[in-house]
Amino acid sequence: MTARAFPQKITPAPHAFLLSSWHILGLIAPVALIAAQAFGVLLSPPDRDMGHLQKIMYVHVPAAWNAFIAFFIVFVASVRYLWTKDEHHDLLAAAAAEAGAVLTALTLMLGSIWGRPTWGVWWTWDARLTSTAVLLMIFASYHALRAFTEDPERRARWSAAVGIFGALNVPIVYMSVRWWRTIHQVQSSPSTVDPAYAWGLRLNAIAVLLLLIYFVAKRYEIARIERLVEVHRDEAALRSEVAHA
Amino acid sequence: MSAMAAWSRVRAIAAKDLVAERRAKANVVAVTAFGALTLLVFGFAVGPDTATLRATAAGILWLAVLFSGVLVFHRSYQLELEGGALETLLLYPGERWEIFAGKLLANLCVILLVEVVVIPLSLVLYSVAVPDTWPALLSVVLFGTIGFVTLGTFYAAMASRSRSRDVLLPLLLFPMLVPVLLAASEGSAALLVGDPMGDAGTWLRLLVVFDVIFVLASLFVFEHIIEA
Repeated sequence: MTARAFPQKITPAPHAFLLSSWHILGLIAPVALIAAQAFGVLLSPPDRDMGHLQKIMYVHVPAAWNAFIAFFIVFVASVRYLWTKDEHHDLLAAAAAEAGAVLTALTLMLGSIWGRPTWGVWWTWDARLTSTAVLLMIFASYHALRAFTEDPERRARWSAAVGIFGALNVPIVYMSVRWWRTIHQVQSSPSTVDPAYAWGLRLNAIAVLLLLIYFVAKRYEIARIERLVEVHRDEAALRSEVAHA
Repeated sequence: MSAMAAWSRVRAIAAKDLVAERRAKANVVAVTAFGALTLLVFGFAVGPDTATLRATAAGILWLAVLFSGVLVFHRSYQLELEGGALETLLLYPGERWEIFAGKLLANLCVILLVEVVVIPLSLVLYSVAVPDTWPALLSVVLFGTIGFVTLGTFYAAMASRSRSRDVLLPLLLFPMLVPVLLAASEGSAALLVGDPMGDAGTWLRLLVVFDVIFVLASLFVFEHIIEA
């Protein structure tokens, strides 16, 4: 028999701190984001070359950073799942992978919108663009695997493997593509941008991080409820079969 | 002692898979033919200009190998599943990673066999001369193939058991193979058309690092993804 540690009740769960904090975060995160955006957009001067186009940085760069954080969560939760076989870690990995994929897609789209007037093209085969696109594809296939696999225990084991391999590959993809070609400007961080923009960047990074935590927590809770519904439906089906027999 | 026992089990599984391949000769022949066809079709797409063909030869060669490889990996598990042989295989004494290592070895042999035909053919079709640095080229081919076959054998263990396996394997595999594809085709291209910048060594090192990481990771994780 496979040991399935999935609980039959909704209450005490690992990662419970995520569940208790999301109500408050659901208020704090959007407010923080609006405030940080307002701070960045209203208080920083227009860039000498790019003008107000530079304001895209306040979403683009924090989204990219937080996507990496999300994929790090996927890696840790996947390893912990294979280690403990506790299904909660699998659900957390899936939740983080979903939020991470959304942030990666956002990064790519905003980069594209920024690149059109700055570089003159929507897309270019530059190192950071290309490796971000590969990252998005890796985690898109992670979700495809989950969608195509019905048995929850098998789905958890397989997607943990794919999550670990995908995360291991991130630095290699990045290195290989960087050697291949580079025209992306040095990535923006508070140390490479003018002090006038640094605080806007920091505040927005924190705001997006809060949003990420909220999304992951919310998605994790939904995944838990979905699994509970699945478990109860299977049990009910079994009971009615037994009753008819 | 136990290392010897493990090696003999790995060899036994590889030999079993290779015997099955040999008895169904048609499969390897068909895959090789498909690889050759891919080269031809890409040739039509690129056009008959010799300079363009020569410049794109290395990349197209690796795409042809990738596309043919996807057809090989499924079979490695399909045969086990059809005959209900996997349950028995898992019941035998020994570790799960030995099964993976055996299948990896067998798939490596099959893909190298396909390459023996496809690589010379690509040199002819794309009018590329065999370079003086051919030993280096062979090592790029070998390490590129090892990385490709490792991930292919690993992901096929999952994909071949799921619904819509035909689309799932390339979907999982190809994004993961971007470093291999880049390093192998850039490395081969550098060696084929001359390597003034000495890039080939860097790409070869990247391939070796990739291979070491993913061979080890696959051996560790495989026991979690295979079940009766």
